[in-house]
Amino acid sequence: MKLFTHNLLTSSIIKGVTKGYPLKIVSRKVEISEKEFNPELIARLLSRVEWSALCEAAESVGHGGDLPTSVPENAEKDEEFLRKAHHVLMEIEVVDGDLVCPETGRQFPIQNGIPNMLLNEGEV
Amino acid sequence: MASGRRPEHTAPPEIFYSDEEARKYTSNSRIMAVQQELSERALELLALPEDEPCLLLDLGCGSGLSGEVLTESGHMWVGLDISPAMLSVAQDREEEGDLLLGDMGNGMPFRAGSFDGAISISALQWLCNADSKEHHPPRRLFKFFTTLYAVLRRGSRAVFQLYPENDKQLELITGQSMRAGFTGGLVVDFPNSTKAKKMYLCLFAGGTTQSLPRPLGVEQTQTRKERLWGKPPKKSREWVLAKKERNRRQGKDVRPDSKYTGRMRKGAF
Repeated sequence: MKLFTHNLLTSSIIKGVTKGYPLKIVSRKVEISEKEFNPELIARLLSRVEWSALCEAAESVGHGGDLPTSVPENAEKDEEFLRKAHHVLMEIEVVDGDLVCPETGRQFPIQNGIPNMLLNEGEV
Repeated sequence: MASGRRPEHTAPPEIFYSDEEARKYTSNSRIMAVQQELSERALELLALPEDEPCLLLDLGCGSGLSGEVLTESGHMWVGLDISPAMLSVAQDREEEGDLLLGDMGNGMPFRAGSFDGAISISALQWLCNADSKEHHPPRRLFKFFTTLYAVLRRGSRAVFQLYPENDKQLELITGQSMRAGFTGGLVVDFPNSTKAKKMYLCLFAGGTTQSLPRPLGVEQTQTRKERLWGKPPKKSREWVLAKKERNRRQGKDVRPDSKYTGRMRKGAF
């Protein structure tokens, strides 16, 4: 699971949960890989990234370091910033761990990099 | 795919798509070719702005065959599927999209307005089956469509290639999608061919009113003679031109049309 995907995920599908965001990450295994940098794609994705949640997530998996606290002006033209964003969004993957709902504490396990969002009967 | 029985009558999707079934999706070239063609057509129906990378949702992404088409068109995607075996195949194929194990009928676990579009290939009909006594297909479909509507950006589309069992099932699906706020309708390619006929539910998530895309395999202009018989008479020039157009759409190599196309030839050629 890339941190970009985590940034979109909510536990709102659970009955009774109002917002369910952001999900807390409990990581047991994190992998860094190299992905082709596409500045146009990153610039486009930035509009839907919740920046503070991303920083929090990066911190929790131990790769918070470099990130500015907010998205700078004219980020679409700022290549240095886009590269940092690309690294955090696309190149950090949680392979083993859990996602935790902030409202109910319910855990969604991540195995082999795939979060299991299946619900039990009572939660639907 | 298998003659006769519909897969949904055999077992729930997470069981039907076992390791063995999943392996077909990497070993059977015909299955792979069909899925690719369906995905390309669905992507075409999404009518995304040209040359702009978009974030898409692949519902029932399975082994990642459809996702690969999205990647090749320069888009980023997130895939959702209920079968661990199929997702495992997608991982082996090192698909670029992020994968999620989940049930479409539970709703979309994403923030509002996250996606620029959604596709779904050969998956939606699975939602119409009650696989346990708690399952209530209309409610599941409604939950699915309302949450999908929310996670799509205003003005974007969701395209579903599906195999409805019957009219009643199709009505249930389209009805629930409209109740959820979607507009749009059904695009049926090659409606006159039992073999080639394919259905795409094309839904619009708000935004300005859009018209339904044109289906393939439907004659757009016809002479009076053709309208009478439904098809151009065999071997006429119109028939030859139509056949060449069909082949072009399938991506075959076709000679350009000229004034000599469909000309009567004398004797042995």
